Amino acid sequence: MSDFFTVSVLVATLASGIRLATPFLLSALGETIGQRAGVLNLGVEGVMLIGAYAAYITALRTGSVVAGVMAAMAAGAAMGVVYAFITVVMHATQGISGIGIFLFGLGFTDLLFRQQVGTPVPIDGLRGLDMGGLSDLPVVGELFFQHSALTYVAFALVPVVWFAMNRTTFGLNVRAVGETPEAADTLGVRVNVVRTQAIIIGNVMAGLAGGTLALDVGIFQQNLTSGQGFIAVALVYFGAWRSSGVMAGALLFGVVSSTVLQLKTLGIIVGANSTIAAMAPAILTIVVLVLVSRRIGAPSALTVPFERDN
Amino acid sequence: MVEPTDNTAAGATAPHSASAEPRGQASASPMLEMTGITKRFPGVVANENVDLVVQPGEVHTLLGENGAGKSTLVKILYGLYRPDEGEIKIGGAPVEIPSPAAAIEHGIGMIHQHFMLVPTLTVAENVALGLQGRRGLADMGPVRDRLMEVSERHGLAIDPDAYIWQLAVGERQRAEILKALYREARLLVLDEPTAVLTPPEVDDLFATLRSLTDEGRGLIFISHKLAEVMDISNQITVLRDGEVVGRTTPAETTREGLASMMVGREVRLGREVPDQDVGDQRLVVDRLRVRGDRGNISLDDFSVQVASGEIVGIAGVSGNGQRELAEAIFGLRPIESGTVQVRGETIAAPSPKQVRRRGVAFVPEERMRHGAVGEMSVSENLMLVDYDKPPFARGGLLQFGIIAERCWELVRRFTVKTPALSTETSHLSGGNIQKVVIAREFSADADVLVVAQPTRGIDIGAAEYVHERLLEKRAAGAAVLLITEDLDEAMQLSDRVVVIFEGQAMCDLPRAEATTDRVGLLMTGVSEEVPTPA
Repeated sequence: MSDFFTVSVLVATLASGIRLATPFLLSALGETIGQRAGVLNLGVEGVMLIGAYAAYITALRTGSVVAGVMAAMAAGAAMGVVYAFITVVMHATQGISGIGIFLFGLGFTDLLFRQQVGTPVPIDGLRGLDMGGLSDLPVVGELFFQHSALTYVAFALVPVVWFAMNRTTFGLNVRAVGETPEAADTLGVRVNVVRTQAIIIGNVMAGLAGGTLALDVGIFQQNLTSGQGFIAVALVYFGAWRSSGVMAGALLFGVVSSTVLQLKTLGIIVGANSTIAAMAPAILTIVVLVLVSRRIGAPSALTVPFERDN
Repeated sequence: MVEPTDNTAAGATAPHSASAEPRGQASASPMLEMTGITKRFPGVVANENVDLVVQPGEVHTLLGENGAGKSTLVKILYGLYRPDEGEIKIGGAPVEIPSPAAAIEHGIGMIHQHFMLVPTLTVAENVALGLQGRRGLADMGPVRDRLMEVSERHGLAIDPDAYIWQLAVGERQRAEILKALYREARLLVLDEPTAVLTPPEVDDLFATLRSLTDEGRGLIFISHKLAEVMDISNQITVLRDGEVVGRTTPAETTREGLASMMVGREVRLGREVPDQDVGDQRLVVDRLRVRGDRGNISLDDFSVQVASGEIVGIAGVSGNGQRELAEAIFGLRPIESGTVQVRGETIAAPSPKQVRRRGVAFVPEERMRHGAVGEMSVSENLMLVDYDKPPFARGGLLQFGIIAERCWELVRRFTVKTPALSTETSHLSGGNIQKVVIAREFSADADVLVVAQPTRGIDIGAAEYVHERLLEKRAAGAAVLLITEDLDEAMQLSDRVVVIFEGQAMCDLPRAEATTDRVGLLMTGVSEEVPTPA
C-alpha cells in the first residue's frame, strides 16, 4: 500500500482522474441543461456509445481526430432530434424512452462495429497538449498542463454553462420551462422549442463525451462506456442541477476510477479483489444517490410533457 | 405557430406606443368586441355564441358559476384556446389570436387565477421572461429600472430581486399585474383575482384597478363574489352553461338579482341560523403544535373548543395552517406538542381509524385527493368507511346486496346526481362528488365533524345544500369544526369564529361580534386584544 503514497504515483493518479472525469463532465453538463428545461434523458449512455462509435469510425477512416470529434457531436445532435421527437412532440414517458435510447445505442453500435470493423483496430487517439514550460513544471505540469484539448474544453464549459443558464435569455427560458412551463407559455416563450433546443445541446455534449472516451482509449468495443452515461445522470442530481456541483461529482468519479486503476496496476489489489474494486464507481453511485435523493432543487416540471390543453 | 414578438429589451420603447389608437371618446370603436364565440370540447359546449364588448376605461365583469364558461372565454381572448366559431375585433380591427404572444402583441394582459409565475425566478426575471434581451443576454438592470418605474406609477410596491417563492400571495399578485403593465397591456383580464386575498387586500386591489381604468385601460373582471361585483363593475355580463344569460349594470340590479341570473332560478342570499343552546365539549384542541410539509412550524399553540350543537368556523387565508389543523386532528399528521380530546378523552397517538371510532367524521379540503378516489365507483366511495363492518361485510365477504341498498338510499337522501352506482366518481361534477363525500361522512353515527372547505369550487345550488346539511347536523347536536377560506361562509354558519393566521388563533369571536371588517383585518395578521368570549 505504501507504494501508492508516493508523490509521483499520487500525482499520476490525480492527473488521470482529471482525464477520466472528462466524459463524465461533458455528458453530465449536457444532461443538466436538458433537465433544467424539464426533460430527463436516461439514454445518455446510448448517445455516448453512438458518439463514441461515430468518433472511432470517422477517425479510423479519415485518420483525423478533429473529424472524429465533429462526427461524435453530429451523432449526438441526431440522437437529440430523435429524443426530442419522442418526448417533446410525441409526449412519450421520458424514463422509459431514455432506456429505449440506451438499448438502441448499445445494440446499434455493436452491430455497426461488427459489420464495419470486426476485429478491433486501434486508432491514433487524443494526445496531451504540450504547453512548453507549463507542461514541464513539476507536479503542477503533470496535473494540469498535459491533458488533451477536450479536457480543457470540458472544464471550460463549466462556467460557460453557468453563464448560459443564469445570464442569457436562453437560460432564463430554459429555467422557466423546466419549472413552470405554463407561465413561460403565457409570456410567449415557445416551451417545446426551448426544450428541443436544450435536448439537442445536451445530446451533442453526450455524443462528444462518448467521442472523448473512444478517442482517449483509441479503440471501440461493445459497451465501451460501461455505465458512465448512467453515472452522468446521477451526477446531475449529485450536483443539484448546478454546473459547479456537477464538476465536483465528475472529478470525484474520475479520481475514484483512476485510483482503482492505479491500485490494480501497482498490484496492490489483485484477482477477485480487483473485480470487486472495479465496482467502486457503481457502489459510489448508489451511495451518492441515496444521499442526495431528496431532490432539493430539482426542476418542478422535470419529466412532465407540456401541451396547451386546446 | 407563434410569430416572434417584436418586444424589445427592457427599457426600449413600448411596442404599441406608435400604433396605439386614440382612446376614449375620440375612438368610435370599442376596445374589444368578441362576437359569436363558440368553443366546444368533447362532450361539452364551453361557450355558445357569446358576445362581449369592452369599452376603454370600464370594468366589465364576467359573472357565472364554475363551469359557466368564463375562463374559456378569456382563454380564447388570450390565445390559449382557439375558438371554433366567432370573431374578435380589437379597436375595430378583426384579429387572430393564435397564441399568448399574439395576445400580448395586441395589448392584452392576463392575471391568471393560478398565478403564472416561475417560483424559482426573481420578480424581474419573471417580468423579463419572453422578452428579447440584447444579444441574447438577460441583463436585469434595465428590466429592474423600468419595472420600478411601472411599479411606482401604479402604486404596486414590489422588490424586483425577491424570488417569487419568497413572496406572500398578495405580492405575487402584484408581480402578476406588473408583468402585464410592463408589456403595456391596455386590456387587462383578471381571472378571479380576489379569491386568494384578504378583505383589506381586495380594497387595495380595487384601488389599483380604478386607477387603471382612469388611465383609459379596459378591464375584464371575473368573479362569483356578488358584493365585489356590485362594487367594482361598470358592466356585467352573466354566463350560464356557456351562454350569455344577461347583461346589466350594478345600478340596475341587486345581489339577489345577479345570483338568480347565475343560477337560473330564485336564490335567497343569507341564511337565518336559529339560536340554540350548546351542550358538552365534544372536540377540544389544546395548545397544538404541528409541523408543515417542509418541517416549518405551521400550527403554534393553537387551541379551539367545539361543543355539541355548535358550529365553530376557522377563518383565514389559505396556507395559514388550516390543512395541518384538520390533518392533525384526524391523525394524518404527527403532533409535536399539545393534545386533541374527543369527548374529554385524549387520543394519545391518533390514527384516522382510532379517531373515526370515537365518532369523528372528516370532510377533507381536497375532495379528489383525500375525500374520494376518482377511479373508484360511486358505491365504493360511499362505502369507504363502513365497508368492513356488519352488515356490509360478513366473514370477510362483502355483502353486495346490502351495500347496493344502502348506497341507493344515500344517493337519494343526499340527491347525488349519478347515472349508476357503478359510475366512476371522477365523471361526476364537483358538486356531486362533494355530495358523495358528505353522504359518506354525515350518514355515519359521527357527531363530531371536521369539515374543510366544503363548498370550494362547487355551484351555488350544491353549496346551499351542503350548508343545509351542516345546519341539520348542528340542530341534531353534532359538534362541527368548519374550516373555510370563504369568509361569507364562515360568518353565515358559525356560532363562533376563530381566525387563524400563521398557525395561531387570532381571536375567538361569538357570532354577534364577528363583523366582516373585524374578521377581515384579523385575517391579515393585525392583532387586537383578544376579548374573552361571552
